[in-house]
Amino acid sequence: MARVIVDVMLKPEILDPQGRAVQGALGRLGLDGVKDVRQGKQFIVDIDGDLEGDRLALMEKLAGELLSNPVIEDFTMRVEA
Amino acid sequence: MRIGVVTFPGTLDDQDAARAVTIAGGEPVALWHGDDDLKGVDAVVLPGGFSYGDYLRCGAISRFAPVMSSLIPAAEGGLPVLGICNGFQVLCESHLLPGALTRNDSLHFICRDQRLRIERTDTMWTGDFTDGQEIVVPLKNGEGCYVADERTLDEIEGEGRVIARYLEVNPNGSRRDIAGISNARGNVVGLMPHPEHAVEALTGPSVDGLGFFTSVLTSLVGTR
Repeated sequence: MARVIVDVMLKPEILDPQGRAVQGALGRLGLDGVKDVRQGKQFIVDIDGDLEGDRLALMEKLAGELLSNPVIEDFTMRVEA
Repeated sequence: MRIGVVTFPGTLDDQDAARAVTIAGGEPVALWHGDDDLKGVDAVVLPGGFSYGDYLRCGAISRFAPVMSSLIPAAEGGLPVLGICNGFQVLCESHLLPGALTRNDSLHFICRDQRLRIERTDTMWTGDFTDGQEIVVPLKNGEGCYVADERTLDEIEGEGRVIARYLEVNPNGSRRDIAGISNARGNVVGLMPHPEHAVEALTGPSVDGLGFFTSVLTSLVGTR
């Protein structure tokens, strides 16, 4: 079995109001000096069998087309055996 | 004229959109997300709601619905398509329109009667308005903040593809007060506020929204 981990973050130039709200909450809870918070998503995909060749390529394609929106988000993907 | 109205699981405004089509003088045709048959309609409305629960991102899963596999190439071929609210999100996720719609900058769901200025009247959905006409229609969204990179914004501004802009207050942080845009050809239009809720005096703040639905009927008659 393979485990695929896809991290999705808003592009740096896209405002992140949720991250900004979290930043405010951290400050109110006593954590000084928080300069910025960006909130993202992580997908953990467990797949039967080895993930290689066409299936790996398709996984990567779908990470860019379904799991993230290239207009506003960047993703990174890694595969754990 | 037969105007298709798509229902996805979680769509809310399909009945109002169909009603608006009827009041405008068209014949609404129900289209189902799981069916790739567009039933020979002359135009399509993607209505508002929370398709597929808005899971992942608004419109992200709807984009891959069977109905979209027919609708995307048809829109690219010139079929008039109006996406309202969630429908606008679906059109952006489908890359039929540039940019994306993200969480309101206030983080609050906004529901209000919103004043807009119609800025382009040569699209298939706005021809019955006058240039610069101000209208009031309901706005109700949680993820209505229109974003795109500066280059894209400059491009759509330069090509005159901003079809409507928020007036008085920018309710959701949309870049450059953009409430609606069109594709280059003018057949595909996305709008965050809800014209289909402003077609009757009894229930709407105005009947200004009717113009979108009469416009497409006028355009279609003109092309035949």
